[in-house]
Amino acid sequence: MLSSSVIVGASFAYLVVLFGVALYGDRRADAGRSLISNPWVYALSLAVYCTAWTYYGSVGRAATSGLGFLPVYLGPTLVMGVSWLVLLKMVRISKAYRITSIADFIASRYGKSRLLASMVTLVAVIGIVPYIALQLKAVSSEYGLLTGAHPGSSGDWYRDTALYMALVLAAFTMIFGTRHLDATERHEGMVAAIAFESIVKLIAFLAVGVVATYFIFDGWEDLFVRAAISPDLSSLLSLDVAGSKADWFALTVLSALAFLMLPRQFQIAVVENVDERHLKRATWLFPLYLLLINIFVLPIALGGMLRFPSDVIDPDSFVLTLPLAEGYSTLTLLAFIGGLSAATSMVIVETIALSTMVCNDLVMPLLLSSPRFRRWAPHDLTGLLLLIRRGAIVVILLLGYLYFRLAGQAYALVSIGLISFAAVVQFAPALLGGMYWRGATRNGAVAGLAAGFGVWLYTLLLPSFAKSGWLPMAFVESGVFGIELLMPEKLFGFGDVNATTHALFWSMFANIGAFVAVSLWRPPTAVEAGQASVFVDILKREPRGAARFWRGQAKIDDLLALLARFLGAERVRVNFSAYAHSQGVEQIEDLQADGDLVHFAETQLAGAIGSVSARVMIASVVQEETLGIEEVMNILDEASQVRAYSRELEEKSQALQAATEDLRAANERLQELDRVKDDFMSSVTHELRTPLTSIRAFSELLLDDPKIDLAERKRFLGIIVEETERLTRLVNQVLDLAKIESGHAQWHDTDVDLIDLIEHVATTAGQLVRNRQAELALVLPPAVTVLRVDRDRLIQVLTNLIGNAARFVPEHEGVVRVVLSESETGVRVDVCDNGPGIPQDAQGEIFEKFRQASGSGGKPTGTGLGLPISREIIEHFGGTLWVTSEPGHGAVFSFELPQKLAVSASEMGEPT
Amino acid sequence: MTQSKKILIADDEPNIVISLEFLMKREGFDVSIAGDGEEAIAKIRSDSPDLVLLDVMMPKKSGFDVCQEVKGDPALSATRILMLTAKGRDTEMAKGLALGADAYMTKPFSTKELVDRVHELLGLNA
Amino acid sequence: MRKALARQRLIACTLFAALAFNAPLLWLFDAAVAVFGVPLVFLFMFGIWAAVIAVLAWIVESGFR
Repeated sequence: MLSSSVIVGASFAYLVVLFGVALYGDRRADAGRSLISNPWVYALSLAVYCTAWTYYGSVGRAATSGLGFLPVYLGPTLVMGVSWLVLLKMVRISKAYRITSIADFIASRYGKSRLLASMVTLVAVIGIVPYIALQLKAVSSEYGLLTGAHPGSSGDWYRDTALYMALVLAAFTMIFGTRHLDATERHEGMVAAIAFESIVKLIAFLAVGVVATYFIFDGWEDLFVRAAISPDLSSLLSLDVAGSKADWFALTVLSALAFLMLPRQFQIAVVENVDERHLKRATWLFPLYLLLINIFVLPIALGGMLRFPSDVIDPDSFVLTLPLAEGYSTLTLLAFIGGLSAATSMVIVETIALSTMVCNDLVMPLLLSSPRFRRWAPHDLTGLLLLIRRGAIVVILLLGYLYFRLAGQAYALVSIGLISFAAVVQFAPALLGGMYWRGATRNGAVAGLAAGFGVWLYTLLLPSFAKSGWLPMAFVESGVFGIELLMPEKLFGFGDVNATTHALFWSMFANIGAFVAVSLWRPPTAVEAGQASVFVDILKREPRGAARFWRGQAKIDDLLALLARFLGAERVRVNFSAYAHSQGVEQIEDLQADGDLVHFAETQLAGAIGSVSARVMIASVVQEETLGIEEVMNILDEASQVRAYSRELEEKSQALQAATEDLRAANERLQELDRVKDDFMSSVTHELRTPLTSIRAFSELLLDDPKIDLAERKRFLGIIVEETERLTRLVNQVLDLAKIESGHAQWHDTDVDLIDLIEHVATTAGQLVRNRQAELALVLPPAVTVLRVDRDRLIQVLTNLIGNAARFVPEHEGVVRVVLSESETGVRVDVCDNGPGIPQDAQGEIFEKFRQASGSGGKPTGTGLGLPISREIIEHFGGTLWVTSEPGHGAVFSFELPQKLAVSASEMGEPT
Repeated sequence: MTQSKKILIADDEPNIVISLEFLMKREGFDVSIAGDGEEAIAKIRSDSPDLVLLDVMMPKKSGFDVCQEVKGDPALSATRILMLTAKGRDTEMAKGLALGADAYMTKPFSTKELVDRVHELLGLNA
Repeated sequence: MRKALARQRLIACTLFAALAFNAPLLWLFDAAVAVFGVPLVFLFMFGIWAAVIAVLAWIVESGFR
């Protein structure tokens, strides 16, 4: 036993520390250095999931069902794994529209429905208040156990620890839960305190686990081996007592959904989220927390069962009684504080969440819609709002206490954990469906929630009342009016699973069925369609998207006055100034009272009084036009087209990137080509201007001075004629080359015997050689294959090659030899000279346009196009033209025409 | 004509050289000839002409190179340079003037204009 | 690109966990076998759980940049 003064003193000291942490958190927030803007704090605060029901109850469950307590923690693990898919979306929506509670969230999705908001609030209150009672009971009965005092439910109320605990928690919640009335300020101090409590309960539980396993017993092996040989305990080591496979699965699903739907989880995970990036670390950190707090559950349960004779001590209290019985009194105290922290964290957050819902979604809409209230209400409503919230906190906690006093040890209280889960899970179809399904309607959500809640009431809550003795057991055992098919725990004969699984199945069946069926009955209204697109597409759209659905007229002064009533004039001016600056406007008065501004005002207001009330209030001060479904659909169509485009763009952007690379490469190549073309044009220009210069200069000279002597005159005219010829040749060759290159050249192929052809060229081009007093020698075989080629073009090539050779051979001793030969690959012609030869590095260049090797006598007289044209011609026939030369030993220009040009025997006979 | 000025014609086109030579001699200048860039530099150094009619496209050393060398040498700073080119692009002209050429004419040129420019450059206009 | 990959990995990991945490996989390890005295199913349960948490941590801490 521990003395009550020690326990009360320690508990009080703990609460003072908690108060200090919360105060520090709020101070830091006020100073702009948020304590909770930290992924670790966020993940820890999520552990508000682990209540006294976990802290004490898990061990109790493990003592009867082995690992059967685990699915309750596996479900949330799975949800966190896909948190970016679900939680992230909830966080985004709530941030964008200043959602304050789960009731607000659901009502907002379905057109800010008042009916839905109050239904969700009522279900939450009915489902959760007993759960709060359970926390009070846990702390109170463990206190009684440690001090030997009577359990609270039977003593005088004013001596009841649970009552004082409820009152202390009410005070704490009021102080840290209702400090401000503006959703831009979260309850930072409260969240800091919750994270702190999560650490305390984890350390306390782990400490008990370690002591039980390693000090009281001799480690894991000792515990498990002892349990294995005990006939009572061996079954706990297998899944035999953990429930059926279906129950296990159902419990996983139930806990996964409850983790998202419990008001306290929504409050911490969504409303209090500072930065959505914190979800990332919580993805693994929170499951890790769950694993750690569960790893010693079974060892403690086994230890308790081994240590105490059966049925003497409630397994729920092993966490305390095991260290106490072994004399670890300090550890016992720590364990009690851990249990206290688990209970208080749950009660605080749940109360804040519920009081917000009661105030914003139940009381305010009622008040605001009453004409009498409007006349009677004070101008500044901030005080009233805070009063309602604080009142709600006290009422909820007292309701919890009252239920605890009334129910006592009744089944209805002890089993409330999962019953409570099953109640809030009724929100899942409307909430999750609303986030992903555009077609969901308000009527569908109302029908689903009503049906699911009804089934829950009938299959789970009423039977628990009956088992507590508050209702006759008859309807549970034999069905309403004795109709067996209506037995609440074996509805329509389905009774192979436990009561929770049974209730979960039927309530979800009714809920989802009604939700889907009624939603599909009629198309969504304009308001529903607008909100649906806002919620479903939150991850794709600017948060202000909702403003697009507003048409009407508003006055800024009206909006300011309205907001000032709920938020206080000073705060409103500050917020509106910030908004004005973000819109690039100096003064609030200069703002345009458009849809964006009205939407901004509405979200500001929603942060304080909930979206339903905010809608009512805004509608009362602005003139609105009701948008038809057609208009909404048009807006949505535009938006979805834009989205489709942007998605397409996104997909294409990758392809584009690749294409850009290709384009850049192609562009570089083109630029290179361009440069070459430019060079070509520039060269042509130069080659044309040069002869023109001479022609013009001499013509002008002759024109200026008619008295130039005859010899001079003749010489000048000779130059003019010569340059004119050069010009003509150049023009012809440029055109020729252009034609060949562009593929427009005419080719007149005939049967050509190269021996004939060379002999012919020798007579015409031979003159060029003889002009330089050089010798032209022909080396011809007796016969070569007749080829089908263009005779004139070949003459052009040969003339060019012989002409070039003639230009470079030395005068008097020059020899130009033309050699014809044939091989398997083709017919080859070599034109050899004994000129200076061509240096190695110039051998490639000479085939480029306008590149000429310097001849023996200074400036070459060619156009610089002969060789490029010749090469084009030979290549046209599939042959090759090349040069071999060693400087000092002349040059050999060779071309070879392939055998495939040969005229076949059959064609030979035919006329061409 | 007080004293005959010296002019160097640097071009690799024989026919153009003939016409320029005739033209300049007719104006009474003392004319020398260079067939490529290197020869032009050598003649500028040895003959120190008052004016060079300088072709851009020449073997061995382009007119630009010659121009740069002349203008970079303080000893030759008095030498006027009139560049002649058959490439009529603006960039060519800009390049020539940037390198310090005193004037720039494109081929084909008007003989009268050329003579006027030469007089102008030599400060012989009335 | 990396974000999308990390998301797919998270889904795959969660699906695997959902399978491993339920019948029939979990029941396959429900045998009267003990490793160092600890029942196999207990080891499997917490081992897989820890492994899933480790993989989740690796995915979000490395891939979600």
